[in-house]
Amino acid sequence: MSVLVVRSVSKSFGSVPVLSNIDLDIDEGEIVSLLGPSGCGKSTLLRIIAGLEFADAGAVEIGARDVSRLPPGARNIAMVFQSLALYPHLTGRENIALPLRVRRMSRLQRILSPLRLSASVRTIEREIDDAVDDLAARLAIGEVIDRVPARLSGGQRQRVAIGRALVRDSRLLLLDEPLSSLDAKVRVQARDEIVQIQRSFGVSCVFVTHDQGEALAISDRVAVMLGGGIAQFGTPAEIYRNPASLDVARFVGSPTINCLEGIVDAQGRVHTGGFLFDTRLAEPVGRPVTVAVRPEHVRIGPAREQPGHMLRVVRVEDHGHDGLVHLALGDGGALSLVARSAQAVALRAGDEVPVSIAPEEALYFSPAGMPLGPEPVRIADYARG
Amino acid sequence: MVAPAALLLLLLILVPLALVTATAFTDWHLGGGAAAFVGLETFRELVDDPDFRTAVWNTTRYVAFVVPATTLAGLAAALLIVECRRGQAFYRMVYFLPSVATLAAMAVAWQMLLSPSVGAVPQLLRLVGVAPGNWLQDPETALPTLGLIGIWSEAGFAMLFFLAGLKTAPRELYEAAAIDGCGNFLDRLRHVTLPHLAPITAFVLVFSTIHALRVFDTVAIITRGGPEKATLVALYFIYQEAFSLFRTNLAAAATVLFIVVVLALSLLQLYVVRGGRGR
Amino acid sequence: MTARGSRFAGLGRHLVLGAGAVLMLLPLLWAVRISFLPAEDVFSPQFHLLPSRWIGFENYARALTASPLPRFLLNGVGVCLAIIVCQLLVAIPCAYVLAKARVRGQWLLWLAVLVGLVIPPAALALPLFIMAAQAGLIDTYAGLILPWTISPLGIFLLRQAFSRVPDEIIEAARLDGLGEWEILVRLLVPAVAPAIGALITISLVAHWNDLLWPSVVVTSASKATPPFGVMLFQVQEIGSDYGPLLAGAIMIAAPLLALFILTQRRFLDGMAWLGSK
Repeated sequence: MSVLVVRSVSKSFGSVPVLSNIDLDIDEGEIVSLLGPSGCGKSTLLRIIAGLEFADAGAVEIGARDVSRLPPGARNIAMVFQSLALYPHLTGRENIALPLRVRRMSRLQRILSPLRLSASVRTIEREIDDAVDDLAARLAIGEVIDRVPARLSGGQRQRVAIGRALVRDSRLLLLDEPLSSLDAKVRVQARDEIVQIQRSFGVSCVFVTHDQGEALAISDRVAVMLGGGIAQFGTPAEIYRNPASLDVARFVGSPTINCLEGIVDAQGRVHTGGFLFDTRLAEPVGRPVTVAVRPEHVRIGPAREQPGHMLRVVRVEDHGHDGLVHLALGDGGALSLVARSAQAVALRAGDEVPVSIAPEEALYFSPAGMPLGPEPVRIADYARG
Repeated sequence: MVAPAALLLLLLILVPLALVTATAFTDWHLGGGAAAFVGLETFRELVDDPDFRTAVWNTTRYVAFVVPATTLAGLAAALLIVECRRGQAFYRMVYFLPSVATLAAMAVAWQMLLSPSVGAVPQLLRLVGVAPGNWLQDPETALPTLGLIGIWSEAGFAMLFFLAGLKTAPRELYEAAAIDGCGNFLDRLRHVTLPHLAPITAFVLVFSTIHALRVFDTVAIITRGGPEKATLVALYFIYQEAFSLFRTNLAAAATVLFIVVVLALSLLQLYVVRGGRGR
Repeated sequence: MTARGSRFAGLGRHLVLGAGAVLMLLPLLWAVRISFLPAEDVFSPQFHLLPSRWIGFENYARALTASPLPRFLLNGVGVCLAIIVCQLLVAIPCAYVLAKARVRGQWLLWLAVLVGLVIPPAALALPLFIMAAQAGLIDTYAGLILPWTISPLGIFLLRQAFSRVPDEIIEAARLDGLGEWEILVRLLVPAVAPAIGALITISLVAHWNDLLWPSVVVTSASKATPPFGVMLFQVQEIGSDYGPLLAGAIMIAAPLLALFILTQRRFLDGMAWLGSK
């Protein structure tokens, strides 16, 4: 069942269009990332879902209810902000308790609650305290819950912010680059925690990020946003292996996918400067094609079936478990490739190495950037043919 | 949420401003009959008034004495205090104390301090064999004496602003200066500290000018404009014309001129602050 | 610079600063001395630094009983309290809107605040007096309080402070379901507490010490505030009795001085705000 449906939402600031015709559908218990470069409109979309901005056109439905015109407080959603937006003068406990107090007490009760006048307020206060303690224990911040944000570590602050979001049992949790304030090492740990927390609470999440590694690592599905529209919406595997356009292929994956310009021949094979991709594209002869190859698919050393092409090593980045090899053809750099290889360590700049690319591991795009369907050609088939 | 503020701004600032300006162009005085528009006549009358001329001259002399002295005293105190390893908080407190003390009450204390019969200063002078004057009663010395009290009560602000400025002086600048060979105090003062303080100095100058222009309490308590109008200053002139002599339109015209001067100084201040930030 | 040289420099600094400190405190110290002198010592041709006989707080008692000084002090407290409360109630919502909301015509309000900021309050005494006279507010507490219920400086300070609160905090509160007033009172007011402290400090000093307006609008001793009380003292018989007169002056200055000494760090930070605008 859909928790969130975004229907043809458009938004512009003045005369600048920011979002055009966005459709999105998020299922119960799913983590969906909105992934895109800065300025792609992902944060605006999140703010429209939250009700902090209103769309010019289109609708937002949460739990099958049209909330397009409701104020943020009435949408039953929770949000973790980029800066976390913890109330600086309230303790962790008070931060988490505040949304509950708003829901459970009248305005007058909230103002007078420190006085503990009536029995009912005392009961509510006790229940809220229990709920916060319970949540704090599950988030492993029970020890530090009575500190103000300034006296918490980055990770603890993040958990308090998530606690404040989760405490009200919202069906939808919005996260606006919540990891961007953490340093690299804590970041990976924190993102795993978010997934764990999300799984154990079973809440649906929309997660905005510009970090494609982060998006692929934590999401059930990723919406890649480019230029104010959703370029592709699919599982991380689909996005990575079958990108819907050359732009998506380029944006996702690190280091960036290698691109080679080529021409289709009579058999549907693609000739690039130096490489022949023995595939069968259903394209007319002479048509230009962009061949995109992930670095891990650029093989160093002769493949069994192919002799490999001799390229010169320009630079080696040793990452420990493997490495990146920057390669070039000839001196002018008519062709340059990046390969991810476990043998990187053994290479030196200036070495000449044979390089091969399996045609079925490459992606083919039209000049307009649309994917061209290669008939899957197995190496075995090719050897036979 | 802004309705009360908007209403009060209108009622308590804009309307009075319009009212005083309008009055300045009429022959109206409080308790008098209907007002008639007289154009610049009131201003002409004002400029011809010997008391007004005296007040302008006295105010100018007062400002010209008090402002540079306040600024220099504040700067000197701040430069000395910021170098102290101990006692910074104490000096800051003592030097600012006069700015907090009710000036009307302190005026009485100053009177006692300088009084020829019971004052500390005259008694001290007598001890060293100098005959003390009756400074507050002598037309020659009354205004400078009030100026001293003014410096005493305003220097705290100058010191505070300079101290705040010195605290923001980038440490790296001093380290760079030390590496470049600007080792001693005077070198650092001239090449690092004073250039850094330039915008603050400009601000302090304008701030103390506006404050000095508003001198009133000491005049009202100690000298009442005397002796022989030697301490008749702008605000006290307006006060007398408006509330003792009830020449309302004249007081209004003087008020308008007063506001124009302060406004010009404020614009100057804005310009200076902007310039300081632009650098 | 040698260690010895810097030690001498430090000593010299403290000598100069110490002398300056004595000068700054001299009027106050002299007033304290006279306030403890018996009447016969004041004009005695023989100079005694210390009183010839210990009269304790007799002069203070006389200042409190022979004049309406307690009344002045009480009036001062009441008037300052009322002014500050009004200023805060008016300035906080206004500053919040100016800092965080987008309202039509906002610039006009801001312009009015800036105009109010540069007009010296003393310059408006005349028109305000005329208006107070028309409204029948002469010699009333309302006449003392009402003209100062708006503080352009306060609105300015608070607007700057509110602008520094991140928008995300306000958005988080809206998501949490808080109303605008509740956001303001529960979240933003505590966040700008230092600015509010500065406003209270500046206002308190300005209005406790104000002499001009009370001397304009008040005619009877029963409504006088402390500085105006000093003016009244001088024309009364106590004015020629220096001991009680200075005891009175000290008691008038004492509340602010005590507050200043007790909270000096915050007090001075508040005052330094004036410079940082």
